[in-house]
Parts: sequence; structure tokens; C-alpha cells
Amino acid sequence: MGDGNQMTEEAVEKTIGNAKSMTIIATKGTLDWAYPPFILATTAAAMDIDVTMFFTFYGLPLLNKKLDLQLGTLGNPAMKMPMMGMHMGMPSIVGVIPGVTSGATAMMKNMMKKKGVASIEELREAAVLSDVRIIACQMTLDLFEMDPDDMIEGIELGGAATYIESAVKSDINLYI
Amino acid sequence: MADSTLDAKGLNCPLPILKAKKALKDLKVGETLEILATDPGAIKDFEAFCRTTGNELVESGEEGEVYRFVIKRAA
Repeated sequence: MGDGNQMTEEAVEKTIGNAKSMTIIATKGTLDWAYPPFILATTAAAMDIDVTMFFTFYGLPLLNKKLDLQLGTLGNPAMKMPMMGMHMGMPSIVGVIPGVTSGATAMMKNMMKKKGVASIEELREAAVLSDVRIIACQMTLDLFEMDPDDMIEGIELGGAATYIESAVKSDINLYI
Repeated sequence: MADSTLDAKGLNCPLPILKAKKALKDLKVGETLEILATDPGAIKDFEAFCRTTGNELVESGEEGEVYRFVIKRAA
């Protein structure tokens, strides 16, 4: 985040300019599904779009300080990893074998690092630094008995109405 | 000669855009940022980025396996 002057400059831009806005509901918490909301949110923010993210159900743990995201291997026949010069899919049934999920997750993380793909932690930090508004679903928090103290700084708690108020004024609303 | 250079080689979407935005913020209006990238998606993305933000894409080209962009900071 820049200094105080920059923040004022941005605030002014938002008030006097015809700023566009976008909201994203993040409902999924596997490694692969964590990417689209954070990529779109950070990129939109970089394009001067005012972004609100609402984290609910399995998306809520994406706000935990400590992330240990896993790749969902079950029921995902579209997942094909480059291996030994070809693309290998994984029969769904293999996903139930202990160790397969963590193995596939390690492979994916490795591949991402090699290809210069940002980590979710990096993208999340970029979102916070670019003033993306982050709302954690209060109901999910209660339901899963999660502790807001375990979550990153700079988020707010809210419910459906808090999200809708933002969505109704936005140019783009996505559900992921 | 650009006022500043950002080496985004080896980085994938959306990192070149995110880092370019950050670097542009440190420039004064009218100053230019040179970006070096290897992500082929960066070509269309920097065009879209500039159209949407109003920053000017002064140059967009390819030198060997590296893409080179020059962006002039607008307001």
C-alpha cells in the first residue's frame, strides 16, 4: 500500500470518477477453485475497478492466515497433468486412495511454481494491498465454528444483505 | 528510454499486470514504464489493461523470446 497521499488520491478518483465496480462470491476452497476469485479480484483492482469479495461456505477458509489448500482429485475427469511428455488424467476412483490427494496437490504446486503462477497467499496479499473489500460470511463462521482471530487482517464480517447492498450497485457480479 | 523498467520475465497471469500496476503508481503522470515479460498472454492483457485504465500503451513488441511493452502513466 502506498502512503497516505495515494490513498486520498484513490479515494478522490472513486468519488469523482465514474469508477466501475465488481463483486465476487467465493464458495469453494480447493487449491484449483481458489484461483479464479483471487486472480479476477486482483486484476480488476489493478484496472481501477472497485472490488468486493464475499467468502462463504467452503470459500471462507481461504481467509485463514494459515492455508493448506488441497487439490480436489475426485470427480474431476477434466484434470489432466503433463507427465512424461503427455497429459495424464486420473480415474476418479484413484482419488480415494490415501496419499493421492496430497501427491496430486504437491505436483500441482510444483508445476505452478515452475510456470511462474502466483501462490494463493501472494494473490490474497495483493488483494488486501489493493483495497479489495473482503467480507467473511458470518453464518458460515458460526456454522463451521471458525474463529475470526485465525483469519487475515483487514476483513469484515457480514451476511447476505451486506453482500447484496454491494452487488446491487456493481457493474459485474460473479459467483465462483 | 523508459523512466523505469519492470522485469516480469517468467511470471504468469496475472502477475505481470499486478506488478506493472504497482510500478506505474510509483511513476509521475507522463512518465513511462518498460515491462519485459515472457507470458504470451501479456500481449492482449496489456492492451486491455491500458484501454480500461486510460494509461497509454506506447510500445508493444517482441525481442527474441521476450515481450517488451512501454506504458505511459496517465492521470
